[in-house]
Amino acid sequence: MQFLGIYYYWVFTILLMIGFYAVVAKINLVKKLIGLSIFQSAVFLLYLTMGKVTGGTAPIYQDDAVGQLFSNPLPQVLILTAIVVGISTTALGLGIVVRIKEEYGSIEELDIQEIDQR
Amino acid sequence: MTIIFGVFLLTLLVITAVAIVRTQNLFVAVMLLGIFSLLIAANFFIIDAADVALTEAAVGAGISTVLFLGALALTYEHERVVTKHRALSVAVVVCATLVVLYATFDKPTFGDPNAPVHQHVAPWYLENEPKFIDIPNVVTAILGSFRGYDTLGEVFVVFTAGIGVLFLLSARPGTGGARRLDSSKDSGIGLQHDLIPRIVGRMLVPFILLFGLYVQFHGEYGPGGGFQAGALIAAAFILYALVEGEQRTLEVLPKNALIALTSAGALLYGGVGLAGILLGSEFLDYSVLAANPVTGQQMGIILIEAGVGMTVTGVLLLIFHAFAARDQV
Amino acid sequence: MDPGLVRIILDTISWVLLTAGGFFVLVGGVGALRMPNLYTRMHAASVTDTMGAILVLGGVMVQAGLSLATIKLAAILMFLLITSPTSSYALAHAAILAGIKPDAGSAADHEDHA
Repeated sequence: MQFLGIYYYWVFTILLMIGFYAVVAKINLVKKLIGLSIFQSAVFLLYLTMGKVTGGTAPIYQDDAVGQLFSNPLPQVLILTAIVVGISTTALGLGIVVRIKEEYGSIEELDIQEIDQR
Repeated sequence: MTIIFGVFLLTLLVITAVAIVRTQNLFVAVMLLGIFSLLIAANFFIIDAADVALTEAAVGAGISTVLFLGALALTYEHERVVTKHRALSVAVVVCATLVVLYATFDKPTFGDPNAPVHQHVAPWYLENEPKFIDIPNVVTAILGSFRGYDTLGEVFVVFTAGIGVLFLLSARPGTGGARRLDSSKDSGIGLQHDLIPRIVGRMLVPFILLFGLYVQFHGEYGPGGGFQAGALIAAAFILYALVEGEQRTLEVLPKNALIALTSAGALLYGGVGLAGILLGSEFLDYSVLAANPVTGQQMGIILIEAGVGMTVTGVLLLIFHAFAARDQV
Repeated sequence: MDPGLVRIILDTISWVLLTAGGFFVLVGGVGALRMPNLYTRMHAASVTDTMGAILVLGGVMVQAGLSLATIKLAAILMFLLITSPTSSYALAHAAILAGIKPDAGSAADHEDHA
């Protein structure tokens, strides 16, 4: 279990950095949004990993058992909110990208900067 | 065995993420993003987050893919590969990786019941939830009642995003209101010539709607709730729009009805909160909604989950229609 | 028959079903990678959706016994059997409309891969 825990945290780190690299290094705006989406998913993974309890189940009371051990419900509530807010901001970002394409004719950052400097 | 499953699913996640960033064709990247969302939903499920897995699968793998494809249909599908300052980006990313990796060794052991996150509020919620609210799904109880203020803020964020997209994509005169009059050519949204997907799609839509309603009202007894149900019902209408054309979908559920639905959901949530004040207690205190405080809490949760479902459905469908109705210039 | 023996028989049946389902999923995966053309790749991947899904879900249903979970699994199986061939058809139809020709061989393998 020790190895699995460390592996979860390392995968979180790698996904975080993959998303971060896509946001920083790519010049296509839609690629940046996709990278941001991966970045957000990595953060969700971290929170939920920290909420897991060994031997616990999902935090739903079953009628027939007593003394059940549950995983922590609080990070799940926060991440539920975060997922929906993430999709909202992604949708808004895509709307902005569509408008940028219509105004500038391109969604690559270099072209947009070049047109702006003219 | 759990270790093998966990390691396997996590490795698939990393491979998919690398493939997403490396591919140059944006359609491929969006499809892989859908696969990534489904894989991470499976990961969420094996760490006991059933509600979150359902939400991620419905919202991430379903709605997000459709929105990205809608945006890609209006822009370009290939990206240019020239990266400026590539060495600098790689250096920054490597430094950040090393710092975060160093931090992972101080994180609590995976599954430790004595970790700090399990100490303060969470055991109180788990112990006192049967006494105050008494519904089986603790996540819905916390989301609806104990942390209801956060959920109110979230509903308003979703509402604002819908308004924002409507502002952005209705601003161009002559395009927002004009309808495509020639349906002889396959216009990309609407499969007029494919019989099998049309029949199967139309057959499936009532079942998806039924499942969405089931998830909405069973959010207290199992994984579910307003957000998942909103995403599922929106997905049903999006499927109908994909097989029958966006025009028919707007005749079935017109834009004014969607705007009214969205606003009514947010108003319902705020109204339930205000009803708490009007009945003599605090904002968002549901105990006063009925004679028995526990029944009042349950009623409050059902009402606000309905409000959340309505707003999420309306906003997701409004955003979809905003993308789909935008003519290519 | 005593309950222990029934349990062992049911476990063996579900083991066989799950292993066979896993084998078909593997076959579908290998086929999707090794086949020369888009259409043959889709044909191989559809093995996963049909045989793989039926056997794996059948094995899990045997494990669940006669309960509500079995009915839900049967509903999932029916949903998968209806939607996967439809999506394969839609994909193949879109490929035909896009102009990808169904002839096998390395000349046809020109579409970009991720």
